[in-house]
Amino acid sequence: MGGQRLDMSSRDLMSIRHKACIAGAYEHPTRKAPDKTVAQLHAECARGALEDAGLRLKDVDGYFCAGDAPGLGANSMADYLGLRPRHVDSTDTGGSAYLVHVSHAAQAIAMGKCNVALITLAGRPRSEGSSGVAPRLVGAGTPDVPWEAPYAPVTVNMYALAAARHMYEYGTTSEQLAWIKVAAATHAQHNPNAMLREQVTVDDVLASPMISDPLHRLDCCVVSDGGGALLVVRPEIARSLKRPVVNVLGAGEAIKGQLNGQVDLTFSGAAWSGPRAFEEAGVKPSEIQYASIYDSFTITVLMQIEDLGFCEKGKGGRFVADGNLISGVGKLPFNTDGGGLCNNHPANRGGITKVIEAVRQLRGEAHPKVQVPNCSLALAQGTGGLLGSRHGSATLIMERA
Amino acid sequence: MTTMYQDRPLGSAVHDAATEPFFAATASGSLRVKTCVSCRKPHWYPRPLCPYCLGDTEWSDVTGKGEIYSVSVTRRAGPTPYAIAYVRLDEGVTMLSNIVDCDLDSLRIGQRVQVVFKPAEDGTMIPMFAPDPG
Repeated sequence: MGGQRLDMSSRDLMSIRHKACIAGAYEHPTRKAPDKTVAQLHAECARGALEDAGLRLKDVDGYFCAGDAPGLGANSMADYLGLRPRHVDSTDTGGSAYLVHVSHAAQAIAMGKCNVALITLAGRPRSEGSSGVAPRLVGAGTPDVPWEAPYAPVTVNMYALAAARHMYEYGTTSEQLAWIKVAAATHAQHNPNAMLREQVTVDDVLASPMISDPLHRLDCCVVSDGGGALLVVRPEIARSLKRPVVNVLGAGEAIKGQLNGQVDLTFSGAAWSGPRAFEEAGVKPSEIQYASIYDSFTITVLMQIEDLGFCEKGKGGRFVADGNLISGVGKLPFNTDGGGLCNNHPANRGGITKVIEAVRQLRGEAHPKVQVPNCSLALAQGTGGLLGSRHGSATLIMERA
Repeated sequence: MTTMYQDRPLGSAVHDAATEPFFAATASGSLRVKTCVSCRKPHWYPRPLCPYCLGDTEWSDVTGKGEIYSVSVTRRAGPTPYAIAYVRLDEGVTMLSNIVDCDLDSLRIGQRVQVVFKPAEDGTMIPMFAPDPG
């Protein structure tokens, strides 16, 4: 057995390529929901995705959720939603979890474990006063906390450390990072649900208050309430529905931490999850027509773009400058909904909205001002947790059938 | 711009089986790391089992000297600005810390630093770093 090369048919058997489709995608329009519970928001997202797909609640036989779901794993929400799943998965890799869920759902469908997998995310960090400059709440017994909490790591400074090192190593500038926000804001103008719809300039970003050097306020994503849901289904089911068919082609996942004390902030987990996804999908970065790139902060985008191979390591600053991420203008249209920087970052977890906008692009249903013409190959990339210490990375590649 | 270091409340340290020998050493002014008794590699943060091979580990004192790998002055997370940093110790491991007792705006990546100890609310001595006078 060992040493034998896999022939093409065995390779296909061991892959999720063309084994599942995304048939439903729904982004909750709310950005502030003080009068709703998190569970209700999950349910509203589930309803939205089912209506989008043309499926019914009783069709769902797989359920996926992560740490934003109230209760123990999937138990509480499956019961609340009235589901009787025969396959469940509550993998949590922070904001990237929902991309992992799409991959795991495709695997489960390929193995016959379910036919219609529902993924939900929702949260109310805005109503609950969450902030990127407050200590992150983590479970008791988290092993790194005693060694780090006295130094006041908060979300923003754990990304700022990566940005500072990137600038030191590669000469990346604040102006270049600001271009990422400018591109997101250019797109958000056309999204009526976006939290921030005003166009901004590079100078606006640089003039905004310094939160944690070198990240300004406008380098940071929004804090918003809301949620989203996806339906991953068997290809025969997707083809029976009245919606454009979006195939899952490949996926990769990774956890990157402090490397036992050999800390290296020059790359993100996308350097590991990306190549796995491209290999499975059988495509190259240069073929991707649209990319949803997790944008908790501008630096997150820049590093993932390098790590996914859209440009050489260290040249991300030059790559993102001068509108290169703006749809219709640049080479790599990104986050055409406005992304986490301008549109929405529900539950402080932006992974599901990344997949949703990629699905809109592949269906040709993005806003006409930002729609990529004939978009048939798209990528979604998530980084959840903290870029400067521990994060989960997930890469997902999809095509229009 | 000048942002002089000011003390800020550090809260209480977490005392458990993993941290107790470490804080016993910081109380007498020593910084220690863990090294594997099998593969001999040092690691950070300290664990009882080696993250390279799951071998048993032992404490060893380090010089407390190193250089700044990355640094960020956090200005909007409370009333007192502070410099969070990764410090690469001369012994080869990199730890999260704060840089103190200096003008925070003068800090640069690559700068030499030396360990100092600041008291937490419960009196536990927390290792931080200050520019090395040379």
